[in-house]
Amino acid sequence: MSEWWTYRAEDFLLFSPRVYWRMFETHNAALWPLHVVTLATGLLIILLITWRPGIWARWIVLILAVLWIFVGWSFLWNRYSSINWAAAYIALAFAVEAGLLLILSLRDGLAFDRRGPVAWTGYLILAFAIAGQPLLAPLQGRGWASSEVFGIAPDPTAIATLGVLLLARGGLVPWLLPIPVLWCLLSGITLRTMGEPQAWAPYAAVALAAAAWIWTIIRQRGSLPAA
Amino acid sequence: MQTTRRTFLQASLATAAAAHLPSSLHAQQGQPARRPIPSSREEMPIVGLGTWITFNVGNDPVLRDECAAVMAAFFEGGGRMIDSSPMYGSSQPVVGYGLQKLGRPPAIFSAEKVWTSSATAGPAQIEQSRRFWGVPKFDLVQVHNLLAWKAHLQTLLQMKAAGTVRYVGITTSEGRRHDLVEQIMRNEPIDFVQFSYNVVDREAEARLLPLAAERGIAVIVNRPFRQGELTNRLGKKPLPEWAAELGVSSWAQLMLKFILSHPAVTVAVPATTRVDHVRENLSAAAGPMPDLATRQRISAHVQAL
Repeated sequence: MSEWWTYRAEDFLLFSPRVYWRMFETHNAALWPLHVVTLATGLLIILLITWRPGIWARWIVLILAVLWIFVGWSFLWNRYSSINWAAAYIALAFAVEAGLLLILSLRDGLAFDRRGPVAWTGYLILAFAIAGQPLLAPLQGRGWASSEVFGIAPDPTAIATLGVLLLARGGLVPWLLPIPVLWCLLSGITLRTMGEPQAWAPYAAVALAAAAWIWTIIRQRGSLPAA
Repeated sequence: MQTTRRTFLQASLATAAAAHLPSSLHAQQGQPARRPIPSSREEMPIVGLGTWITFNVGNDPVLRDECAAVMAAFFEGGGRMIDSSPMYGSSQPVVGYGLQKLGRPPAIFSAEKVWTSSATAGPAQIEQSRRFWGVPKFDLVQVHNLLAWKAHLQTLLQMKAAGTVRYVGITTSEGRRHDLVEQIMRNEPIDFVQFSYNVVDREAEARLLPLAAERGIAVIVNRPFRQGELTNRLGKKPLPEWAAELGVSSWAQLMLKFILSHPAVTVAVPATTRVDHVRENLSAAAGPMPDLATRQRISAHVQAL
């Protein structure tokens, strides 16, 4: 693309806010009452992490893998790609994330044993994705019909995954971060370009998660014995 | 005195103003004025219908019907040209849905684009677009944003020679790559060129519009309202009193008249989701047009607000 510096985010926005939010309305209407199941699954993830994380770690990750492939297929591939051709490629990225989560689940290489500020940040992000994000639509006057629900819509699914990953420890965790982070940034740019105030939500999730990870890295380095 | 393109155009505007209508602008009562496509003399209503963003509504049946209603009002008001692109998401199948619902209006002038970096993928993309529209062939296919333009233009010229497309053209927007556009206009046998031109973005007046008039190339104007930015910005401000002399009742009509009164412009393609707006746009193509002095006044007034 020549003269790329002359392009703005607005030049890549292919649809109007009305079309965007109606897409969530039709998606929710088509899948209802599956929302009850996915929200219950989100609560189950929180319970399992707090209750017996050692036993259920691989199942928590497996649940996330299923939800990523489902959201990628049902929302991005089947619905969003009809108004945004790039969504078909993003759906493939969601499938990759699901595959990585599946590998992690099979390897059983995850421990949910984080404590302190990082863990609380993880719980905060996870709780927002499951209980807070669906409220944004009615709070902004769009009504419940266009709510974004964990396991149904991409934003709360990606944000919840960031929360879960903050609570987890394991060698493969860094490999799971890029796709949810990139999705949150892309979604934030899309919402901001549409002039939607809720663009802060995915941005804030990434900012909080990044702050927590930086905190973790600094603490780990600080606890290392001096050479 | 040597006649430059600028003086030629100024003279054209002055002559047109004396006749109260820009040169080659033909009007019938209640219908949008028409201008001939220079390469064929086929007459074209000077207001068309764009589909960027507005027709990208996916599979939503309610929104698809709203788009079909806009198309119905457009054809009822005497419109012909609908412009779309493979880049515009679901706009092509939505246009096709509207055409089918309206019983394939015979007035349709289908303006499409080829938009792929692959030279060999052009014909397949054009065929896919044609199926979306459900038309036997396109009236016009343009190389979108000059992407792989050499290869695609060669394909389009071959299609024109074979009778599978009637006109060929190129497009750009927002003032990009005007040097290359000018070069192609000078050296290639294109029928149409499309670029942005409006009351504040007037770069095209310097070179592209005079060159189009000189070379006999039809001009399609995109972004007449800067994608709604101008109408949103001006919407709450009162129209100047002198605008009433042009028979306009909205900023959109005033800004469209500014564009349409340039003698080198063949058609402008404003996009809208509203039936009342498409009627308003079409009505801007009828009635008196601003003369050169009034055009300057419109531009200065808008830029000062």
